[in-house]
Amino acid sequence: MYDVEAVRRDFPVLSRSINGKPNTFLDSGASAQKPQQVIDRIMEIYTREYSNVHRGSYLLSEEITSEYEAARKKVQKFLNAESEREIIFTRNATESINLVASTWGRKFLTRIDEVLISEAEHHANLVPWQMLRDEIGFELKIFKINDDGSFNWDEYRRGLGGKTKLVAVTGMSNVLGTIFPLKEMIRAAHDVGAKVLVDACQYVVHQKTDVQDLNCDFLAFSGHKTYGPTGIGVLYGKAGILEAMPPYQFGGDMVDVVTYQTTTFDEPPARFEAGTPAIVQAIGLGTALDYMQNLGMENITAHENELVDYMHSRLSEVKGVHEIGTAPGKGGVFSIAVDGIHPQDLAFILDKEGVAVRVGHHCAAPLVRRMGYESLTRASFGLYTNHADIDRFIEALHKAQTFF
Amino acid sequence: MNIEELIENFEFLDGWEDKYRYIIDLGEKLPPLDAKFHTDEWKVRGCQSQVWLVPSKRPDGTLHFEGDSDAMIVKGLIAIVLMIYSDKSPAEIKAVAVDDIFAKLGLSEHLSPSRRNGLIAMTEKIRAYAGIL
Repeated sequence: MYDVEAVRRDFPVLSRSINGKPNTFLDSGASAQKPQQVIDRIMEIYTREYSNVHRGSYLLSEEITSEYEAARKKVQKFLNAESEREIIFTRNATESINLVASTWGRKFLTRIDEVLISEAEHHANLVPWQMLRDEIGFELKIFKINDDGSFNWDEYRRGLGGKTKLVAVTGMSNVLGTIFPLKEMIRAAHDVGAKVLVDACQYVVHQKTDVQDLNCDFLAFSGHKTYGPTGIGVLYGKAGILEAMPPYQFGGDMVDVVTYQTTTFDEPPARFEAGTPAIVQAIGLGTALDYMQNLGMENITAHENELVDYMHSRLSEVKGVHEIGTAPGKGGVFSIAVDGIHPQDLAFILDKEGVAVRVGHHCAAPLVRRMGYESLTRASFGLYTNHADIDRFIEALHKAQTFF
Repeated sequence: MNIEELIENFEFLDGWEDKYRYIIDLGEKLPPLDAKFHTDEWKVRGCQSQVWLVPSKRPDGTLHFEGDSDAMIVKGLIAIVLMIYSDKSPAEIKAVAVDDIFAKLGLSEHLSPSRRNGLIAMTEKIRAYAGIL
């Protein structure tokens, strides 16, 4: 039995009052709150354990190095990767995708190739490919989704072809909540000889992720959305692919032999982690992933799915509210438009009621426009979201409607 | 209504709800801005919602402003800004202590940092027009 009230007690910020009201935090899709376990771990490191990794020949450095590498193993376990050498620490998912674009992309993409992405990508999985296209001259193809936000096999198959070298897709849309059928999509992409990068920022937070089962070539996610610290992200890449990739940035901690004239580079993952990494953040991420796994990813999914059903039924009670993205099996992301109320105005009233939502284009401006809007209001769930959050959100919506 | 009258009216309003209902009302009553001005040329940058501000110079040397926004609360705030600045001479515009006025209205504590930035962007645009027109 998933005890959401016990879970909530692990997140101190949830008990803070906002504008004199309970903290109704419905913006976990932008960034999730942190459990006490992660906060404590970070405090402990800075208080008792801190030093640099991979260099010192003293106790503190050896200890922190093994903690840092243990965090890498935790990520490996979390994703069920074959080896921890397939896990690269980055700053965030955006950097993970940029890393693939600027190393694998520059080395393996040519002007006769095609890169296929979906209409549902946020800027982080769109702009890097636009920039690389302008540099290399390949074709950037975008496959359509259905008007309800659901995946369309015909459009996807139409986009795939012999020239497709890379498919870069989100696992779960941050605007629509749509969960893509990744495994089947990846198989179809491999059938035409393309590699697949999964932008799993939203995906990994809400369900069990198994990169070996998915058989994706790359997968990116951010630590701050998985209840971990900011400033830490992950890039998973298949070992054979990472080994063939040139370095991303240059400096210390990624080199093999250096002379004044020449340098040879270390093996992955060190090759892609130039300079002092985000040590504390990586270890904090490991603690956050432990936290999620202790609750059980299946339990988290079941809890959130139940909330999705509840939100659907409560939203349908409010007149003049339109839900954007109603794909079957969607996750806990609700973008809405309310007749006669500008999203900025709505967010103002919600904020006064202690309800935190995101307003605007959600770093996915072309997608919001494609759905027929310039700006939307989004409520998104986390593993601590409960029925009372949804009830307060609905009450605040009703209240906002009395203003306009 | 001038700004002094608005400050008086605001004194009778308790809490943010009544104030903002009043502001929304002001926004609804703001004279409509001709659609031809809804262009980038008249847009105020630095606001989260779309804001347009159009100046014109009167024969007596005063500046007249019209404004609009797609968000209603912002439109109400524009109505207040126009009450403060419109139909004044450039010297009068430069002498306005806008922070004091918003403090007197009791709005300062209800404005989020992003809204405050939008307000600053608007008043700076007005002061810039007062300098060049």
